[in-house]
Amino acid sequence: MRRVVVTGIGLVTPIGVGAEFVWKSLLAGKSGAGTISAFDASDLPVRYACEVPWTTGRGGGGEAIPGSFDPEIAMSSRERRRVDEFILYGVAAANEAIEDSGWVAQTEQQQERTGVMIGAGIGGLSTIAETALLLEKEGYRKVSPFFVPSALINLTSGHVSIKHGFRGPNHSVVTACATGAHAIGDAARIIKYGDADVMVAGGCEAAVCKIGIAGFAAARALSNGFNDDPMSASRPYDKDRDGFVLGEGAGIVVLEDYQHAKARGAKIYAEIAGYGMSGDAYHITAPAEDGNGGFRAMRSAIKDAGLTTSDIGYVNAHGTSTPLGDEIELRAVERLFGDDAAYLTLSSTKSAIGHLLGAAGSVEAIFSILALRDQIVPPTLNLHTPSVETKIDLVPLVAKELTFKAALSNSFGFGGTNAALVMKAV
Amino acid sequence: MSDVFDRVKKIVIEHLDADADKVVENASFIDDLGADSLDTVELVMAFEEEFGVEIPDDAAEKIQTVGDAVKFISANAG
Repeated sequence: MRRVVVTGIGLVTPIGVGAEFVWKSLLAGKSGAGTISAFDASDLPVRYACEVPWTTGRGGGGEAIPGSFDPEIAMSSRERRRVDEFILYGVAAANEAIEDSGWVAQTEQQQERTGVMIGAGIGGLSTIAETALLLEKEGYRKVSPFFVPSALINLTSGHVSIKHGFRGPNHSVVTACATGAHAIGDAARIIKYGDADVMVAGGCEAAVCKIGIAGFAAARALSNGFNDDPMSASRPYDKDRDGFVLGEGAGIVVLEDYQHAKARGAKIYAEIAGYGMSGDAYHITAPAEDGNGGFRAMRSAIKDAGLTTSDIGYVNAHGTSTPLGDEIELRAVERLFGDDAAYLTLSSTKSAIGHLLGAAGSVEAIFSILALRDQIVPPTLNLHTPSVETKIDLVPLVAKELTFKAALSNSFGFGGTNAALVMKAV
Repeated sequence: MSDVFDRVKKIVIEHLDADADKVVENASFIDDLGADSLDTVELVMAFEEEFGVEIPDDAAEKIQTVGDAVKFISANAG
């Protein structure tokens, strides 16, 4: 069976853009949370989120603020009119990852052997909302011809393929908050099966809009008690946690057949060694109390990697900071790891960047890859008093140096969908 | 006529990122200015907005050059 490695990474997150910049900020304990600036949230119960900082000043960014997102660099103004922001973030992160990988598909054969698998959880939510209002108020003739292609989830894959001439498999994943992880896992399998040599994969999301906050707040999924102190709101495993903080952005990787990467002398970050999937068959939004779905996804991924729990030094948890979910996942990890749990580190980087929904899994896989590379694991911010006792080191507040050879990243989504990825040093 | 042309030209430059020099009366949106079929729909919507005219679909289909747009608008606007 072919082995699949990561040769390029790209990030757009609430703590900045550019993988190396984001990684340094994450290890330094930076938080991306703040009072919502993209729209007037004053009549909503939740008035904070983790927004991408823009050079235009939105989301706490600015021209002179390092790591701010420059929309001009990602796409021209003409191109931007054709896309919802989730696509803009996805294309920007993909551009970074592709450049980082050094892969240029020049020949027809190379183009046909390079594919794209970028998903999103919700897609063009704000565009759909705005267009619906316009239709109601001003009628059919005001609906933009770009409305449909700007909102469709698979259009990020479309744009990336058009821009870079990648004519291999063009696909997209939609599994809510597990999207990013499923995209990487599925794309790796496309390479393993031999349908492509290179795949650009991951997730992107831009649901920090009025209808997005309203919807998740109505589902009682969001934290709502920290309007005066947004940076303390995302606090996985802490006794005072009260829900997740909505985030936005994109995480994209370039995956490549190991031999293909070696032959062209590419820089190799890590191997996507294992992938596991499962379904809860329980509830549309609530996690199953026994954590069995997550347990089976993790177990499958570790088995797929040909490893045992003693090989895994770090788990990047799904850990969204919801009262129920965090403990269920933690117990499932404890149960799977048994005695090895005493040597395990586990953190939730959602404490820093919030919950990026469809982008969460791929952003967190990239964090796991960088943790492996640098042998340091990122912290769980705001974790002052754990709500439960555990043998597992939850890496509270500060990053921790660690010698380890494999990492596991969990992603669970509404509908009871679960994905786990195992990344291994090459 | 020239006022309409200038306003049409401004919209075309803005929407298509087109070179000002290339936006001449006989320039075709698709063949000369890089528009695709979706751009032409959006351009017509922008003309409607700017000049307060309604451009029916059958008329819109015939507007293929800058001059076509100027002619239709001059004949039909306020």
